[in-house]
Amino acid sequence: MRMRVHGVGVAAPGLEGWLAAQAVLNGQRPYAPSPFAPASPPFLPPNERRRVSATIRLALQVAAEAAGMARAPTAPAGAVFASAWGDLEIMDRILAALARPERPVSPTQFHNSVHNAAAAYWSIGTGSPAAASAVSADQATFAAGLLEAAALGLAEGHALLVAYDAVPPPPLRGLVPISQPFGAALLLGREPAPGAPALELAIGAGPPSALAEPGLEALRRANPAAAALPLLRALAAQGGTVELPYHGGRTVRAAVRPAGT
Amino acid sequence: MTPAPMAPLDITAYTVTCALGQGREAAWRALVEGRTGLRPNDLPDCCLPTWIGRVEGLEDLPLGGELAPFDCRNNRLAALALGQDGFLEAARGAVARHGAERVGVFLGTSTSGIRETEAAYASRPDETAALPPGMCLARTHGLFSSVALVQTLVGAAGPALTLSTACSSSAKVFASAQRAMAAGLCDAAVVGGVDTLCLTTLHGFHSLELVSAQPCRPWDAERDGISIGEAGGFALLERPGAAAARVCLLGHGESCDAHHMTAPHPAGLGALKAMEDALARAGLAPAAVAYLNLHGTATPTNDAAEDAAVVSLFGAKLPCSATKGWTGHTLGAAGIVEAVLTLLCIERGFMPGTLNLRRRDPALRAGVLEQSRHAAIGVAMSNSFGFGGNNCSLLFGGRG
Repeated sequence: MRMRVHGVGVAAPGLEGWLAAQAVLNGQRPYAPSPFAPASPPFLPPNERRRVSATIRLALQVAAEAAGMARAPTAPAGAVFASAWGDLEIMDRILAALARPERPVSPTQFHNSVHNAAAAYWSIGTGSPAAASAVSADQATFAAGLLEAAALGLAEGHALLVAYDAVPPPPLRGLVPISQPFGAALLLGREPAPGAPALELAIGAGPPSALAEPGLEALRRANPAAAALPLLRALAAQGGTVELPYHGGRTVRAAVRPAGT
Repeated sequence: MTPAPMAPLDITAYTVTCALGQGREAAWRALVEGRTGLRPNDLPDCCLPTWIGRVEGLEDLPLGGELAPFDCRNNRLAALALGQDGFLEAARGAVARHGAERVGVFLGTSTSGIRETEAAYASRPDETAALPPGMCLARTHGLFSSVALVQTLVGAAGPALTLSTACSSSAKVFASAQRAMAAGLCDAAVVGGVDTLCLTTLHGFHSLELVSAQPCRPWDAERDGISIGEAGGFALLERPGAAAARVCLLGHGESCDAHHMTAPHPAGLGALKAMEDALARAGLAPAAVAYLNLHGTATPTNDAAEDAAVVSLFGAKLPCSATKGWTGHTLGAAGIVEAVLTLLCIERGFMPGTLNLRRRDPALRAGVLEQSRHAAIGVAMSNSFGFGGNNCSLLFGGRG
């Protein structure tokens, strides 16, 4: 499958925004992770803006960057929101409430706990009726989401992939192996566009690509969504072929070619 | 933008297990006999006054051997449902025909195996205590766990993911699989979904005041909410083969309401777009549809919004009905349950009525059937509209 990458968003410690991230991925700046908090999404109405969790803010921040929404609120592309674990903070609160005798589940928390909550807030904030999906595939979530978004983009012209996972709250930390937050988004298009690298996807095999810089490699292993890092590096370099972890020992092979090819 | 027509896909096997019993014939008999599968809530650890659609016997069907890490109510139901109606054999046959890497698995769920984690939280001595360290959340609570289980049982190694968009999940999997096949990623796919009764959804929907204390009454003037059910169901999609399949996926449509997290767009605009896009992909006009299985949850706002959309597109004469009075609202499995019921209706020429509809809401005008009838169905539609305004419509029928 061949697509073009029209936009990129990224948010992680030390990689806040695609411009800053490219310099780090290209080795022009050292990787210096520092804690960050996703911004409150300016494109949501006030009521919704108040209610979104940190996990949802992470997803919406990278979605907005990739869709070029820093200025103009248009987003006709269908979207695929890919998260291995979804919003564990809310899940923990609901489960703790259910363990109490009176079971005080908050209605707002319940409707925000659906896996497609970020997708729903995205559609509400952009006013877009385009289809939005929310997917999960364990450690293969990024690659599976990428294939899903590419197939959607091939069918409909454009598709936005939003991959994200957040650090679980303390009770779940021993059970869910995520130690850093990470979000990345790609706006894919079927047609060439100025400055848009080409991306070819196929099923491959073998070990997933690793990163040479130890801090970035540690980040890649710390979060299922950070499986995106080798692909982001290839996009920053406008070229390269990487293997992304998929199911059963297979990979999704992603080949990046410069814009204009 | 109107989507282009798509080539139909064969549906070469399908099955459902729900409150009506195990397998298609149990569901069929209940439909024809007008017999509900709902019962007053008898879950041992939940005393909410409501009616539920419960699958009998899951407590006695643990997963063992190499499948033991997957053991939880949700995966027990997945395995039970997969084994009905020769579906597992049919899926393995597809693997033998196409090759393991050419058979995909796309399943929907909303809460997966969360009941195990609920029990773990409840067993903590206090809220600062740790959870049991040996829990393998990925194989139970993890959203992908049923897909991994089905891949293992079927021997499929193609594209695979879980779709979790609340009540539209196991309808949207049909669209995902069709796009994967159109992109050349696979030649066949197991689609479907599983969701099981848990405290999260019972108390969650209750906190939103969306759960009825009586069996749900779609389109009724006194409807007041949903009855939650559990179910597992599957369908096998393949590229058209030499022998014409009796039923096909003709089209699909998806959309977002872009309106509100829990309330549907009042005019049903998102629902309308999903139905229109399904017709466009099927290359059919609204007049070609003989029967529509409504989402029909029996909440005041859902039924009103869906009614507006259906009447706007089809007028007031299209025979339609809501079957959640039989099965309950099976959430992440609702899409596949109602797809399978619709396929049964097409094959056997039957339009179910709407259980518990006693006095129609005078504000609603869609051609909702109160009584069942036998009638030939060439093309039928099934609607699934989820929380956050996530909509999917599917079109089924004979090929060509």
